[in-house]
Amino acid sequence: MSSAATTVAQSAHQPAPEPAPASAETATPAEPVPANADYSSYKLVPARHPWRWVGTVLVALGVAAMAWSLVSNPRWEWGVVAQWFTAQSVVNGLIETLKLTAISGALGFVLGFILALMRLSASPLLVSVSWTFSWIFRSTPLLVQMLLWYNLGYLYEKISLGIPFTDVRFFEVQTTTLVSQFAAAVLGLTLNQAAYSAEIIRGGILSVDQGQLEAAAALGIPAWRRSTRIVLPQAMRAILPTAFNEIIGLVKGTSIVYVLAYSELFYTVQVIYNRTQQVLPLLLVATLWYVVITSVLSVLQYYIERHYSKGAVRNLPLTPLQKARKFLATHAVTNVRNQG
Amino acid sequence: MNTTPTRGQVEITAVRKSFGGTEVLKGVSLTVPPGGVAVIVGPSGSGKSTLLRTINHLEKVDGGYITIDGQLVGYEVRGNKLHELREKDILKQRTDIGMVFQNFNLFPHLTALENVAEAPVVALRPDGRQRRSKAEARERALELLDRVGLKDRAHAYPRQLSGGQQQRVAIARALALDPKILLFDEPTSALDPELVNEVLDVIRELATSGTTLIIVTHEMGFARDVADTVVFMDQGQIVEQGRPEEIFSNPREPRTRTFFSKVIEPAFNI
Repeated sequence: MSSAATTVAQSAHQPAPEPAPASAETATPAEPVPANADYSSYKLVPARHPWRWVGTVLVALGVAAMAWSLVSNPRWEWGVVAQWFTAQSVVNGLIETLKLTAISGALGFVLGFILALMRLSASPLLVSVSWTFSWIFRSTPLLVQMLLWYNLGYLYEKISLGIPFTDVRFFEVQTTTLVSQFAAAVLGLTLNQAAYSAEIIRGGILSVDQGQLEAAAALGIPAWRRSTRIVLPQAMRAILPTAFNEIIGLVKGTSIVYVLAYSELFYTVQVIYNRTQQVLPLLLVATLWYVVITSVLSVLQYYIERHYSKGAVRNLPLTPLQKARKFLATHAVTNVRNQG
Repeated sequence: MNTTPTRGQVEITAVRKSFGGTEVLKGVSLTVPPGGVAVIVGPSGSGKSTLLRTINHLEKVDGGYITIDGQLVGYEVRGNKLHELREKDILKQRTDIGMVFQNFNLFPHLTALENVAEAPVVALRPDGRQRRSKAEARERALELLDRVGLKDRAHAYPRQLSGGQQQRVAIARALALDPKILLFDEPTSALDPELVNEVLDVIRELATSGTTLIIVTHEMGFARDVADTVVFMDQGQIVEQGRPEEIFSNPREPRTRTFFSKVIEPAFNI
């Protein structure tokens, strides 16, 4: 819109400076051609990109066609989707999914942080324990880990706390009562998450310049403060994009818990469509909720990353909201100018 | 300051240090009196920076020892052995020794003011001295930024400052703990030539303040101006030391003579 308006404005302006070179061509000897032509009063016209417009139109058509098929094809059964989208059972499943994500995500990253510190420590034992942990949990399928935790009672009937190699027991409990579906799900997701986040956090810490630690040590800043105030905030810039990838993966990863018949979002939806036979619309219900969660997380990610980019860029770029506001403000002004 | 400085005597005794198989310090001894200004010069790889970094125990020595006002740095005597101090105690000792790095090493996610005010609030001081409150530290930080001519840039992040300004903030940061000694590790080597002087001027001003300064630099004109003692190092040893006018115009050792003839351009050799 605005570019069309400016084009009109430019072509209206263009004739004005034109006469100068025209008169120069038909110049009489009394009016000599200037040695250095002066273009200072000329208007600058940006290059046109016709193929960009063709591409844009083609993609827009494709998007429109897809949207139309989603709306017009009755087999998507949008009525059914709407009916189940906020149904009590689905919302309960959603809450379970969020609970699993929050708990395993938080515990996973805390454990991952500890594993990362172990890996960076000077003790060979700590390094190899941390390495082995990541190796095992990254090289076995999450599904297998989950089933293994749930069937822990088969491997170890009782779990007890006592002094090793003696008969002293402080307490003893049946494994099956301790490891519920929920506990197995949290255990599996947490340990798996920890293995991946350990690597992410370690990478982040390594990305901080060694000189930062030296400067902090030279100033006598205590070790804990050095990690939390100097290194971690800088490491966060490298950690965050991948960490959010992980969290978003975890949101959808929780759906694997359906193998334990734990009623999170995906399992709930399965139970419903097994009863009603409305398979696709109900899968769509679950999908839409996953999209909603991911979208909220993406917005969160944007603002958290922005927070940690303080000082890393000379000037913070505007947020989309600020951009929109600025666009509206300046756009309104140019419109008025063009009309006037 | 007109009073004779009484603190900040640095005594380096027979310090040795190796990296891998190479010995970079081969038994270096040097004394800098309280309030003295020692400038260490020499070719790259001569061990100047390593020597400087042993003074605040950023680099552990393999042999020899360093004392500040008679107190061992990084070690304590137990029986007839020198035991390395716990990290906490080393950190305490370091608060009396400010350091300025070649690459500034400012904390990029903190403003100039926050950079300067951080350590006084959190670092433990020796002899049971109190840490500063946040408000006190900020006030003092503003004074120091004013002293290096950057009061109006207090809320800028390091990346928004020029190299010279960043190094001046780094000097203010090193001063924030009121150190007895300031170590400068090639403070102007990463700067564009036109920014060198604004940093050297700040250091010049410090040279008369009674704080002991130990400076590694390649700026020979500056060394001549500011130093009480110029120390020439080569291949991990002190080859020659003396008053700047002696050592620059009349070096005794041939190695010193060769080095100066390479680094001092005739035009500047007044």
